Amino acid sequence: MANSNPSIFARFFLAIAAYFRVLFDGDFAASVVKLRAGALPADASPGAASERGVPPEPPSAPEPRVERAPADAAMQLLGLLQREGRFIDFLREDVSAYPDADIGAAARVVHEGCKRAIDEHFTLEPVRAEAEGSRVTLDRGFDARAIQLTGQVAGEPPFTGTLQHRGWRVREAKLPKLTETHDVTVLAPAEVEL
Amino acid sequence: MSRDPASPARFAVGIDLGTTHCALSVVDVEASDGEDVAITAEPIPQTVSPGEVQTLPLLPSFVYLPHANELEPGATALPWSATPAQLVGELARARGAQTPTRLVSSAKSWLCHPGADRRAPILPPGAPEDVACISPLDASVFYLRHLRAAFDDARPDTPLHTQDVTITVPASFDPAARELTAEAARLAGIEQFTLLEEPQAAVYSWIASQAKWRDALHVNDVLLVVDVGGGTTDLSLIAVRDREGDLELHRVAVGEHILLGGDNMDLALAHVVKAKLAAEGKRLDLWQLRALTYACRVAKETLLAADDDGRDAVDAVPIVVPSRGSKLIGGSLRTELTLDEVRQVILEGFVPVVDAGARPATRARGALTELGLPYAQDAAVTRHLAAFLGRQVDATAGLEDFDSAQPEGATYLHPTAVLFNGGVLKAPALASRLLEVLGGWAEAEGGEPPRLLEGADLDRAVARGAAYYGYVRAGGGVRIRGGLAQSYYVGVESAMPAVPGLEPPVTALCVAPFGMEEGTEAAPAPHPLGLVVGEPVRFRFFGSPTRRDDEVGVTLEDWSDDELIELGAIEATLPEDGHARGEVVPVLLRSAVTEVGTLELTALPVSGDGKREWKVSLDVRDKG
Repeated sequence: MANSNPSIFARFFLAIAAYFRVLFDGDFAASVVKLRAGALPADASPGAASERGVPPEPPSAPEPRVERAPADAAMQLLGLLQREGRFIDFLREDVSAYPDADIGAAARVVHEGCKRAIDEHFTLEPVRAEAEGSRVTLDRGFDARAIQLTGQVAGEPPFTGTLQHRGWRVREAKLPKLTETHDVTVLAPAEVEL
Repeated sequence: MSRDPASPARFAVGIDLGTTHCALSVVDVEASDGEDVAITAEPIPQTVSPGEVQTLPLLPSFVYLPHANELEPGATALPWSATPAQLVGELARARGAQTPTRLVSSAKSWLCHPGADRRAPILPPGAPEDVACISPLDASVFYLRHLRAAFDDARPDTPLHTQDVTITVPASFDPAARELTAEAARLAGIEQFTLLEEPQAAVYSWIASQAKWRDALHVNDVLLVVDVGGGTTDLSLIAVRDREGDLELHRVAVGEHILLGGDNMDLALAHVVKAKLAAEGKRLDLWQLRALTYACRVAKETLLAADDDGRDAVDAVPIVVPSRGSKLIGGSLRTELTLDEVRQVILEGFVPVVDAGARPATRARGALTELGLPYAQDAAVTRHLAAFLGRQVDATAGLEDFDSAQPEGATYLHPTAVLFNGGVLKAPALASRLLEVLGGWAEAEGGEPPRLLEGADLDRAVARGAAYYGYVRAGGGVRIRGGLAQSYYVGVESAMPAVPGLEPPVTALCVAPFGMEEGTEAAPAPHPLGLVVGEPVRFRFFGSPTRRDDEVGVTLEDWSDDELIELGAIEATLPEDGHARGEVVPVLLRSAVTEVGTLELTALPVSGDGKREWKVSLDVRDKG
């Protein structure tokens, strides 16, 4: 490793990039897990770089520690949900004052718009393809981040149990690119009609 | 077009320059072999909200002219430019929906509007004074520039100006509109390009997607292409004949430019729902009406999605118009759109069952109508279709090697096969209604109902087909022959003593024959016309979609309104060199169809040395 001590600025961007890559690139995440356990990744190859806008970087991961989540992307997503589906408007209202019919009408706007926004920007798939309620068997070495065990958790794998929830996983995320001057803290601009 | 054969273009690029959306498709020539063609849709980066760039499959054909204080500098930055000169695409569409006086839309329909000066800054109509208006030609240039930049950004090693580009135009575009489209392409820096009619592009796309298309289309078929887009309806007829053992497609007729499409249907539904809300005492403002129109489009697609067997059938779809302010609950209006309403408005209003003798209703226009687009006055697509097929009853009569099975005494040209295009016709209810009407017409005259060509991609076909056409054009493969879809005439005032109150009669001199192919030139018409030196001289210009046998030089003394259609005037200016100003010089008119696909008229002095010639402008500025 040539640059063993990147500047704090470089580390900041590395942390953001690594956050997304851990989130969306299973292989990379697995290497990070190994790294955290103290082993250098043996099979780390630069060819594993994905095409999701993450800059190609040396196959190392930052010092494992709890990082602040990148708020910009989160605010951008809130902005998208508000724009397409009036998400913030809906959540910020006091629903107790309205009859169910009114809430239902508004929920249609929110459901239709937020679904459009999510479908547009994320490719989602269930973690497990089996039907809920079916019996599944988990072999040794199953991915504990993608499968949560509940109930009588005891003994050694393989485990057999009932699939209660299929789970969701993001296969691909593509948020709009932002220009430098864009203010992501404005989720929805105020509108003034002249 | 000429190209260095040593470095053939890597890509054949198809551009669908649509009324409401543009699309880009690409054939990788190196990765394609024979009929195994790699066509991909090219996504287009664009500003979707201030400061946000997203790559979308389509570029909405809108230009927004923002106020100086409206957007932060840099809010419209694109990957290839920090400060683009124009705002086009999704943000332009979205902003324009809220501020229509700054929005340029339907520029393509203005491009073929002979009553407008298409190079003058007339768009948007009725804009406030501080808006720097643009011309219909400018708008086309802006869209093409954006597409070109997107392509170049994605493929910096193979910029668009070095590739083979095919740009589609409606089949109904007149010579002036085609010429303006070609000019827009040149102004946008696209160099090697050809124009292709949209219905033909749809056929090419269908051919590209069907490995066994030769089993579905037979010799002596008459193929009707019905293309219902967002704003326009375009009709074409293609004859299939046997030429030396292989199928040859021959485009024999195109319809008029009909400004009628899916957007009209959505608006019609919105007004029905608006009336329903008004009956409950709820009033909508303009903003809510737009939201309602969008909701109606979604509801229409859901309600008309049921197929003939009743799968996916629903009886009603709830419609919610969100409140404008931040109070979503309570402020939103809720109603519903029922299947009966949609059937009544869409099926009975836009595709009613009519007989083959039906014709569109026309209202006499006021002599001084407000300058606007000539929207279709009859919303019934089926009546426009009946008029087209009736007018073209003899379209295949003189075609060599073609023996169409027309019933005895047919009053319209019976198509034997139908290809649909345009997202509107994805709705099974609309498509089957059109087939039902065509089948009814055929049966009434003892013919066979036409069959539907299956497997068409109704949304993306035009750009795909255009890219495929660029590919087959370079490498051989099936081509649709066509040439000019009309014969063209110049109006000549006959010399006769003036009669007060009577306009001097006009004869029509044929200058370009029907079917004249790209890259050919006709001999000049032998009748000289007088041009005044140093002054622009105008001639009336006519086209005929039905007079197929007129040769250059034929003169017509009188004609019916249906036979010859007056287009915008044409204009020639002879410079003064060698002549005295005001002198009348006799000239002959020669026509040619360029490789690009545009008509060119040239004035040649009768007594000249053959070297002097002047281009005749097909696009004349209208001075009111």
